[in-house]
Amino acid sequence: MIEVRLHGRGGQGSVVASKMLASALLKEGKWAQSFPEFGVERRGQPVTAFLRIDTKPIGAHYKIYKPDHVVILDPTLLGQVNVTDGLKKEGWIIVNSERAPDEIDIKGDFKIATVDATGIAIKYGIGSKAAPIVNTAIIGALVKTTGCVGIKSVLQTIREESPSKPEENAMAAKEAYEKTRTT
Amino acid sequence: MRKLMMGNHALSYGAKLSRVQVIAAYPITPQTQVVELLSEMCANGELDAKFVKVESEHSALAASIGASAAGTRAFTATSSQGLALMHEMIHWAVGARTPVVLGNINRAMAPPWSIWTEQNDSLSQRDTGIMQVYCESNQEVQDTVIQSYKVAEKVLLPCMLVLDAFYLSHTYEPVDIPEQKLVDKYLPKFNPPYKLDPDDVHAFGGLTDAKWYYELRYKIESAIERARGEWRKADDEFGEIFGRKYGLVEDYKCEDADIMLVTSGTITGTARVTVDMLRDEGKKIGILKIRVFRPFPTDEVRDILGGAKKVACIDRNISFGQSGVFFEEIKSALYNSSHRPQIWGYIAGLGGRDVTPDTIREIVKRTEESDKPQELIWIGLKK
Repeated sequence: MIEVRLHGRGGQGSVVASKMLASALLKEGKWAQSFPEFGVERRGQPVTAFLRIDTKPIGAHYKIYKPDHVVILDPTLLGQVNVTDGLKKEGWIIVNSERAPDEIDIKGDFKIATVDATGIAIKYGIGSKAAPIVNTAIIGALVKTTGCVGIKSVLQTIREESPSKPEENAMAAKEAYEKTRTT
Repeated sequence: MRKLMMGNHALSYGAKLSRVQVIAAYPITPQTQVVELLSEMCANGELDAKFVKVESEHSALAASIGASAAGTRAFTATSSQGLALMHEMIHWAVGARTPVVLGNINRAMAPPWSIWTEQNDSLSQRDTGIMQVYCESNQEVQDTVIQSYKVAEKVLLPCMLVLDAFYLSHTYEPVDIPEQKLVDKYLPKFNPPYKLDPDDVHAFGGLTDAKWYYELRYKIESAIERARGEWRKADDEFGEIFGRKYGLVEDYKCEDADIMLVTSGTITGTARVTVDMLRDEGKKIGILKIRVFRPFPTDEVRDILGGAKKVACIDRNISFGQSGVFFEEIKSALYNSSHRPQIWGYIAGLGGRDVTPDTIREIVKRTEESDKPQELIWIGLKK
């Protein structure tokens, strides 16, 4: 079982990202479970989403406290939310940032990856310049670093499930996949 | 076809596959998406049903009862306060013998306001005569809608299908959607013996004095008792056609268990994961999942729990002034049984408090270490 926690802000598409990853896993014959932090979501507010991955049906129904990997859709959350809480040793923390991984101000026994998901989303016109939707780009980085799901099924899912601009969203994921930087 | 879907939509798909003809509903979080999807299906022609917009949950069930009395397959869904508002009409649906299927997403009762899961809304309907089934996965939700119509229409009683708020309603899981023609084979068209029909006039629900009311109550009890067998039959036949079976209860590793946990809803899946870990540590723990709550599966409960030394019942509900409701039911079923294990009653997860493997471990530990059963133990209570 692999467990992933996504941190973003309302409007960035964290919950949809987790759902799309689950869909892609299904295409590969794997089992997945995707759910949001249970509550009321508001634009701009910190949002958490969860993803479980397994080779057999998943019976566990509780929140994820010890994730294998963490995804940060908004770098401003780093100082506000304890994003590494419970993160397993050697797990990946994937940050939407234009900085290099060693410039990210978080310390611990885990691996850091960065990708400029905001820049990529703006380049492909996903969302607005003021509020780009970075979820599909950050998915590309998660796929690249963890390999928990294949890029092919992810791109196919994005093309099928994006509510608008499916091709641009797929391109954003692909570009992020190629441009992800790791420690 | 396998599709990723949330529990709310598993209810909608279950209703669609059952070819419901009338849907009357009023939105309430977390139920809202159930009826949003159904209204879309009605609007785009995917589902040939009449979607009736109403002004309250009371009217939603009243309209469903009317539709069912006219011989159509009717569906509604709600949560919490909405179900409480339906209460009068639930009694009516039972007395009128209308097999409406009602999806209830368990949500805690206000005040204080909550949108999170707890079973007090559905369990407060315990004595109305509506059948109750508690589901633990989105697959089970979809399949149980279909099974519910099969049984409800056999015994002419309504059925409430229950799922946890958020843990299922807003959680996406893979669900196998069966072929429509197989569902049609399993669930033929609803054809009640009596219905509202201008060409064949009957009066329904008239004033009945003490001369016959008593016998009509007996008929309801006979019908719900008959439903036990109908649930077993419907589940067996479902298993043969679709390859999935759920039982009235599920016995997980109880055969050699020293301690048996009693669970319902999504706590079951988390308990199963925990029991696997505990078994690896050499502890003999099993689980009895209660799926069909009304009619109560007394025989199964006696049969399985009779083999336990200790039983720990986990209730995500509380009957104030008594204890957990499942705990009471289990105790009551075992009282006249020849094998009566000691039973501990635990309250956990009210108002959506997360029930984790650590919670289950604590329950097991406290049961192991105790010699004298306690009936009302609050797990994880902040002091």
